[in-house]
Amino acid sequence: MNLSSANSPQHPILQKLEQARCHHSQVRDSNITLAHGSGGKAMRDLIEDIFVGSFDNPMLSELEDQARISLASLITFGDRLAFTTDSYIIDPIFFPGGNIGNLAVNGTVNDLAVSGAKPLYLSCAMIIEEGLPVKTLRQVAQSMKTAADVAVVQIVTGDTKVVNRGSADQLFINTTGVGIIRKGISLSAHNLQPGDAVLVNGYLGDHGTAITVARGELALDSTIISDCQPLNSLVETILDICPEIRAMRDATRGGVATVLNEFALSSQVGIKLKESSLPVREEVKGVCELLGLDPFYLANEGKLVVIVPQSKAELVLAAMQAHPAGENACIIGEVIDSPSGVVFMETLFGTERIVDLLVGDQLPRIC
Amino acid sequence: MKYVTEFRNPAKAQALLTEIRRLSQLLPINSAKPLKIMEICGGHTHSIFKYGLETVLPESIELIHGPGCPVCVMPRGRLDDAITLAEQPDVIFTTFGDAMRVPGSQKSLLQAKAQQADVRMVYSPLDALKIAKENLDKEVIFFGIGFETTAPSTALTILQAKAEGITNFSLFCNHVLVVPALEALLSNPDLQLDGFIGPGHVSAVIGTEPYQIIADKYHKPLVISGFEPLDILQSVWMLLQQFIEGRCEVENQYTRLVNSVGNRVGLEAIAKVFTVRDRFEWRGLGEIVQSGLKIREQYAQFDAEVKFVVPNRQVADAKACQCGEILKGVLKPWQCKVFGTACTPENPIGTCMVSSEGACAAYYKYGRLSILGKPSQPKKSQVSV
Amino acid sequence: MCLGIPGQIIEITDLQNQLAMVDVSGVKRQVNIACIIDDAHPIESCVGDWVLVHVGFALNRLDEEEANETLRILAKITQ
Ligand code: SF4
Repeated sequence: MNLSSANSPQHPILQKLEQARCHHSQVRDSNITLAHGSGGKAMRDLIEDIFVGSFDNPMLSELEDQARISLASLITFGDRLAFTTDSYIIDPIFFPGGNIGNLAVNGTVNDLAVSGAKPLYLSCAMIIEEGLPVKTLRQVAQSMKTAADVAVVQIVTGDTKVVNRGSADQLFINTTGVGIIRKGISLSAHNLQPGDAVLVNGYLGDHGTAITVARGELALDSTIISDCQPLNSLVETILDICPEIRAMRDATRGGVATVLNEFALSSQVGIKLKESSLPVREEVKGVCELLGLDPFYLANEGKLVVIVPQSKAELVLAAMQAHPAGENACIIGEVIDSPSGVVFMETLFGTERIVDLLVGDQLPRIC
Repeated sequence: MKYVTEFRNPAKAQALLTEIRRLSQLLPINSAKPLKIMEICGGHTHSIFKYGLETVLPESIELIHGPGCPVCVMPRGRLDDAITLAEQPDVIFTTFGDAMRVPGSQKSLLQAKAQQADVRMVYSPLDALKIAKENLDKEVIFFGIGFETTAPSTALTILQAKAEGITNFSLFCNHVLVVPALEALLSNPDLQLDGFIGPGHVSAVIGTEPYQIIADKYHKPLVISGFEPLDILQSVWMLLQQFIEGRCEVENQYTRLVNSVGNRVGLEAIAKVFTVRDRFEWRGLGEIVQSGLKIREQYAQFDAEVKFVVPNRQVADAKACQCGEILKGVLKPWQCKVFGTACTPENPIGTCMVSSEGACAAYYKYGRLSILGKPSQPKKSQVSV
Repeated sequence: MCLGIPGQIIEITDLQNQLAMVDVSGVKRQVNIACIIDDAHPIESCVGDWVLVHVGFALNRLDEEEANETLRILAKITQ
């Protein structure tokens, strides 16, 4: 072959090669291999096909090393930036009510939302264990996109690494998020005042229970599904009607009990709960009775604790109940001035007991 | 929840408490010289704290939290042995979640797991057997703990393993017996007890008859009780009636589950697979004769103590620990010198702080309100958060 | 000691190994029911029975009559 003529840009072979290089090809492998993390063509295909294809937004499609966001567009929403990050590691990665993908989106959206911020942009970094079915990854990415759409946020930058088999468990995801806090809102765990009401937006412990069951080790069977959902719209609704809300937090690991203990310690107040008003599903109670767990410490992925001045409690409650993410909202207790730093529960018997911080994970017990 | 909800009725509990208060006034007891009732079983301790029953009983009735938590009474040496087994190559060590965090003399199973031992939590010994069937190249050891309640389940699991010809499954047997422990307690001259609330689920297996000796020989009344708040309050009421009428009997409040002879199949399985050890060490109580079970020779192929060299460590209880005094009812948890300071659920020194059923852990977790509220208790400054 | 919780047998799942599905508040778990089977109660007759579940075994049958009797006594004490 005459190379010099082949060098001319018009040469049909080169044109073909050039086309192939630029072609946005689909990933055809059935499983992720180390090549997909090597920085070469396989990785580019993976990113373009699965992530850019799924997440589908102009900022990401630029394929720059960073997302570029105009400040002017941001300041229309408020006066402070909220910035958070979280890594998602869950076994199993698919569970009733969700998967690691929508969990990673909703979790970070919620971490932003409970500051009173409007969540806007997310990053997504994936650490993939070699061998993960491409189909699984595609499914996860698509759930992330769906979750982002529901929460009205965009995934605008990302990263992918593939690690040797055994160096990670299927798939880890980190998402970082930014949002804008609206003017005049200042929520903080230090804000609680005696007399405030303690609200939650629905049934407690669904996520923790669904995961325990889905793990299969305990051979339980139930219809409980994770409560994984975005809370930003609910937060927006209640901040609209009550900007005086003192504090909010999503009750993930460690459950509502842990959040309340943190609140009580930060604000140096006591929190008194009513056992009779704690919303827990019968099935969740069943799993808890069988395994000796306390639903109050179980993880949630779509539940928040809201501290509201007493005079606004009913108003906020009604607004929560009118919102799809808060249909079963209720008031579970109140803030009191002493004993300071302590959460306690008025039991069904009118007696009182302390609801302390957990020492470690709750472990299923037989005695 | 059937058989549960109806026994948690707050209105009935209030009425029952009024009755208990009335009866208590008929007896020569007061807060300085209270009637001391021991609930033997950690499950009762748990319910008592969970529902705050202790705070609503009259001050002239004192509940003493007994040794009925299998995790709490496990001596450190046995735990060290368990950890040694778990660290053998090609071993999968299976255990109930309860035992994961209990400290041995060096570490806990949870820490051993972090250092590479293959330790897995199971809900049932049958789940451990299943793991054995799925991992034929490994030896699966099950950490058998618990009283007579749990012993039938491990016995039946071994019988099934034998029937199925499974060769890679064994049991590290630490089952203990209730009545010998009670007798050991009762033989102690320090003991100050007037009566017992007897364990409900143990009795579902052994029946009510084995307790007769407590009434006959030691002259203490005993009422076998269910675990819901109304069950426990009714049992207190039944004990009060016995004191008032000058009776000393074994009575059964938990008739919906417990009969006089126990569960035949369960007892037969225990008798077939296990035999009584000459002696077994209890944490806080020392060695008690004929108080533990071991695997019979016919089933030696399932005995981890035969299959492996178990170091059989003897580790004395920690010096500062006053668990023995707590278990005997001589001291209250907050009277222990290290309660809430050096000894906390994060860093337990003594066994009573380990499981949530241990008396000290229960006080630490649930009971601080009542301690905070009792000015006579000296620990106030140490227990505030 | 010994957490136990009432559940209802809804199905015999393995005749030979004496396993049954038990429902606890809507949660299901397979448990071994060897301890509640005898000549008077063949395995087939156990569906519908309420049992106390402990570590994956049915420890004993719960007796509805006795439960009601306890509640009657309680009512009498507290009236
Ligand atoms: S506080 Fe700790 S050392 Fe003291 S008796 Fe209780 S468990 Fe034992």
